[in-house]
Amino acid sequence: MRGESLDLQLVSDAVKGNRRAIARVLSSLENRSVTLAQIKTEFSSIFAESNTDSWSSIAVTGAPGVGKSCLIDKILIDWSSKGIKTALLAIDPSSPRTGGALLGDRVRITAIDNEEYKDLIYIRSIATRKSSGSAPLIVSDMVEFLSAIGWDRVIIETVGSGQSEVRCAAITDRIVVVEGPARGDGVQAEKAGLLELADAVIVNKSDISGASQHASEIRESFELGLGQTPPIILTSAISGEGIDVASSVLLELEDTGRSKRAKWRERLLAEYERKILESDKLEEILENLAIGSMSIEDALKVLGDD
Amino acid sequence: MRIVVAKPGLDGHDRGAKVVARTLRDAGHEVIYTGLRRTAQQIVETVRDEDARFLGLSSLSGAHNHLFPKVCELLVKEGLDDVIVFGGGIIPFEDRDILFSCGMKAIFGPGTPTAEILDFIVEACEISDAGVGQNGEWHWESTA
Repeated sequence: MRGESLDLQLVSDAVKGNRRAIARVLSSLENRSVTLAQIKTEFSSIFAESNTDSWSSIAVTGAPGVGKSCLIDKILIDWSSKGIKTALLAIDPSSPRTGGALLGDRVRITAIDNEEYKDLIYIRSIATRKSSGSAPLIVSDMVEFLSAIGWDRVIIETVGSGQSEVRCAAITDRIVVVEGPARGDGVQAEKAGLLELADAVIVNKSDISGASQHASEIRESFELGLGQTPPIILTSAISGEGIDVASSVLLELEDTGRSKRAKWRERLLAEYERKILESDKLEEILENLAIGSMSIEDALKVLGDD
Repeated sequence: MRIVVAKPGLDGHDRGAKVVARTLRDAGHEVIYTGLRRTAQQIVETVRDEDARFLGLSSLSGAHNHLFPKVCELLVKEGLDDVIVFGGGIIPFEDRDILFSCGMKAIFGPGTPTAEILDFIVEACEISDAGVGQNGEWHWESTA
């Protein structure tokens, strides 16, 4: 039964900053053995204090291999040197066949190896488990909990994602899209999708030729459209170029407002997907669909009755 | 199950660790790989922050008698005494009793069938005092 075992001692240890307790609470949220609503009922004061105007979470998304992890590492170093407490939730895909996952994003994060910074950084690797898209919905509960217990910023490193993967919009306050050089011609920048929701665009690997041209193409594309053009920053995680600019822009990033409606759309879809994935009838329905004894219309009807 | 696979110390050979990580992944576990040349302290902090139930240590450098006990000691010091620790690599049979006495529950040498590691995980989960600091009697008898 979901949400029966709230360990009050554990949560209050986490509130006091005990790292093991924080890790355990996040696990119980992830496993759905405890719900955020339960924690909120028992610890309403820590949630009440958070200012509704403030924001905490930022999704860093983009295609695999554009340098999201290395860039985040540099940003963590910069933010830590300013005394900002940052949690990183690094998401990698689960195997659709076995449910297993190899979570390897930590390997590239060197910031936490620094003795001075390690108490200012919390890294947690997360597998997508059953959810589709680049970030599971449960991450939004984890973000809210981490913010309530005093983490200033939460970075969500999504699964490497393609042009239309916008599910991360459902769970975060701000979206940063990381691009790289040689990611197609000017028409690619004109295509609809993820870029439209970006609150900032970082074109990484500026040490490789083609990066600044790609940044210009993206800028032109935004300027042709409606609304404000988000910051477009050229960086190189290797040489360090542009990192200081990117770190300070991301720290005080304004909401471009371009994504409000789209965010709620994604949230609704994500909640509906979760409802289907957690249905007791799912296995039986899939079985029946596979052997042809049920139509997809009937399946939707059964799920809708839940 | 969340499992950390770690390479402590000055040792650049991680094929074995990757094979084990892949085996665990394919058996449905969530495996967090630390990368090379981690200190004992860094490994323990990773296990803590990732809320891992198991920790697998790999060493091919010959320093296992120094590094593995150090990791076990720090785990207990951090209050992570219920984490189940196993190891693998070039570890002579005559060294293994010392490692078991530090709280490790299995040592797998070269040639171990990967399925045996999965059997160990299943069996260790059923034992109530298999954690590194729980002073349980049981350990896995490996074939290699």
